[in-house]
Amino acid sequence: MRLLMKGNEAVMHGAIAAGCRAFFGYPITPASEIAEMASLLLPDVGGVFIPAESEIAAIQMLFGASSAGVRAMTASSGPGISLMQEGISYMAGALLPGVIVDVQRAGPGLGNLGVEQGDYHQVVKAGGHGCYKTPVFAPNSVQEMCDLTIHAFDVADRYRTPVMVLADGALGQMMEPVTITTSAAPEPEKPWAVTGTAQTRQNLITSILLEHEKQEMHITGLERTYAEIEKNEVRWEEVRTEDAEILIVAFGISSRIARAAVAMARAGGVRVGLLRPISLFPFPARRLRQLAGKVYAILVLELNNGQMVDDVRLHVAGITPVELMRRTGGMMPAAEEVAEALRKMEKECVGNQA
Amino acid sequence: MWEIKHSRSASFYDRFERKGGNTEITHYCPGCGHGVMQKLIAEAIDDFGIQDRAILVGPVGCSIFMYYYLDVGNISASHGRAPAVATGVKRARPEAVVFCYQGDGDLAAIGGNEILHAANRGESITVFFINNGIYGMTGGQMAPTTPLGQRTTTSPRGRSFEVEGPPMRMCELLATLDGPAYIERVALTNARQNMRARKAVRKALRNQVEGRGFSFVEILSPCPSGWKVPPEEANRWVEKYMVPVFPLQVFRDLDHSDRLPKGIDVSKGGGIPFAADPPVPAAEAPEGGSVARGTIGEEALTLSGFGGQGVLFAGMALAEGAMREGLEVTWIPSYGPEMRGGTAHCHLRLSRQPIASPWISRPTSLIAFNQPSIGKFAHAIQPGGLLLANASMVKEVPDRKDIRIVRIPSYEIASELGSAKSTNMVMLGAYLELTGAVDQESILAAFVEKGTRPGMLESNRRAIEAGRRAAVEAEQA
Ligand SMILES: Cc1ncc(C[n+]2csc(CCOP(=O)(O)OP(=O)(O)O)c2C)c(N)n1
Ligand code: SF4
Repeated sequence: MRLLMKGNEAVMHGAIAAGCRAFFGYPITPASEIAEMASLLLPDVGGVFIPAESEIAAIQMLFGASSAGVRAMTASSGPGISLMQEGISYMAGALLPGVIVDVQRAGPGLGNLGVEQGDYHQVVKAGGHGCYKTPVFAPNSVQEMCDLTIHAFDVADRYRTPVMVLADGALGQMMEPVTITTSAAPEPEKPWAVTGTAQTRQNLITSILLEHEKQEMHITGLERTYAEIEKNEVRWEEVRTEDAEILIVAFGISSRIARAAVAMARAGGVRVGLLRPISLFPFPARRLRQLAGKVYAILVLELNNGQMVDDVRLHVAGITPVELMRRTGGMMPAAEEVAEALRKMEKECVGNQA
Repeated sequence: MWEIKHSRSASFYDRFERKGGNTEITHYCPGCGHGVMQKLIAEAIDDFGIQDRAILVGPVGCSIFMYYYLDVGNISASHGRAPAVATGVKRARPEAVVFCYQGDGDLAAIGGNEILHAANRGESITVFFINNGIYGMTGGQMAPTTPLGQRTTTSPRGRSFEVEGPPMRMCELLATLDGPAYIERVALTNARQNMRARKAVRKALRNQVEGRGFSFVEILSPCPSGWKVPPEEANRWVEKYMVPVFPLQVFRDLDHSDRLPKGIDVSKGGGIPFAADPPVPAAEAPEGGSVARGTIGEEALTLSGFGGQGVLFAGMALAEGAMREGLEVTWIPSYGPEMRGGTAHCHLRLSRQPIASPWISRPTSLIAFNQPSIGKFAHAIQPGGLLLANASMVKEVPDRKDIRIVRIPSYEIASELGSAKSTNMVMLGAYLELTGAVDQESILAAFVEKGTRPGMLESNRRAIEAGRRAAVEAEQA
């Protein structure tokens, strides 16, 4: 059954389908509808919603529920995600699964409520302290707000790590038809959890390891997990890359603009394809390198000051020129402008080398 | 006379294997109050037979390693956040006996907000607050509870009212809230007071076992190392310098068993609000052009007006109807502070193909509810497109020959129908008539599914149909 709903609502329907039974949240535009839906829906499935006193507390309540072996989540926007970084680091250190949704707005500081993707660095590069990472999935449709939230729960439990869903105000507020899906994997047993039973009494959830050797072993273990994640959990989407001479790379909502631009540029005879990273960590590095070897130039489109472009340049490693097109502050590039940039790029690069 | 048990409780590990080094003795300094308190807690857990159900949420501070000693479920929280963590644990596992153990830096300084709100929610947890007037673990810095005049490494001239402010009394503070069921302050000063502390610890845990609500015990406790006094003088020091600032008393003793916060109810765990369908790879794209009966294949519609005119709702209703006809749809609003009294607009795309960008820079149609909308969007309408204006508020339309311009006095029409609020439905009806984008019955079916009351449904139908007639008349004129 297709239902018309906001991206923020789809997140919560997905979460409940995935077995999420606790949500802790503090209101912030443009993420608040997730908490509102949680407060509406969770009690009907025996779940709990708590309006936390702050994002600092919300993430720690998530820490607690997750320690007790329950699928739980929180959601916020940039300013709140900044406050949650403490808890996310502790969760990563204590090997606790959990899902955190960032519905980005424009910043820094209070910024405004416009659509921006300026949290890429703080979310993808682990904004908290210490040696850790979190898997990050970036939806680009309301359907994916649901699907990737479900997927985030599966990945979180599989690797015992917090997982982030990086959305933005547009995805949160826009409506599209959605089919509510279910978890791909059954919720695993959690013998490590502290549940108040004889079997789990000797369990300990902590992130402190005073001895340096043990801390290093712990971090090496985390690195091994991240290597597994890089092997198994890379996701991306390609549009018309088969014969592409120019590649545009964009994630999240800007990939929708890129997609429109690809269609426009193609209509004008420019052979352009889109690579959309869906997982930002792990980054689809191998595929990007392959494509970089085939195209003459790459355009990165972002709604920020150029953050993912760092990763693109890192993996392209100079074999193909990489240019950045971006808007910030809630400003939106028109698809026509992006198509024009692609045409220009083709003229310059393909013309020269052909 | 009561004295501390030397035989270890079952809830107290015999050997502290997690500790490393000497596994026979605790890591606390001689004369420290932490060891005493933790034994009192272990003893109560034994006596109530709750060892398996007990979960300790530990602090950051000297007692962070309490899990070396207490053989119960252990979770170590970040600095000050134990009450938030415990909230998550208790709500997830209502059967567990969840207790926090926090120092004064942890609870009163960095964690001030978390304890305040956990107490105010009346969480069914127990909190032990070890007030030693100092930051022990980091080497004796000033805490919010340090008495006036006391020298610490960060108040080397002695704490003063003027510079650092006076000490905070947490029991008194929490007692201003309705949430807590039980609040008491005790002190580890002499055998008699230790006995009172023991009683308070037991009561606070028993309260949770019996479901009586949030319990909070503050314990004035010696930290000879932090205070730089000999261990044997530390208890007297508590009596002399702390008790006068922090009076020993019961601040609250109530039974909140009729108002406990709700935890997860596993018996309800099965139901999911919407029947979950198996994953569908792609939306069923309708064959041919039979779906939308009009001429529109790719509609890019902007609706714009004042907040409160029902602009966003009209767009949403159209989107619902279109979805029911098998079209792909995106609806994206302007949102944020604009919604309060300012302008409101939304972009709506209807297509038989998957939709790329939800934004519209060149609309095929504009529904303008007010004059500013004309200035903002009318110039961008594609040649051959439609401008549908609410003539009740739009006095001037652009001089464009390449677009179709239709004006409808929707406010007057709606008022005649007796519901001025239906202006948006009148406009929607006119739009349906002019474009044939979606069947009005699809939209009304969506209203029915959403539970719109019959009266309201009828009123919407009348408004839509009046809009259609007005559109026909306007075209003929
Ligand atoms: C966010 C953060 N800030 C600072 C610290 C350093 N720190 C560790 S323990 C502590 C003070 C603990 O004092 P208290 O709560 O009074 O407990 P005590 O050691 O006296 O038992 C501080 C500031 C920390 N671990 N985390
Ligand atoms: S520093 Fe103070 S609180 Fe910490 S163990 Fe020593 S005496 Fe106890």
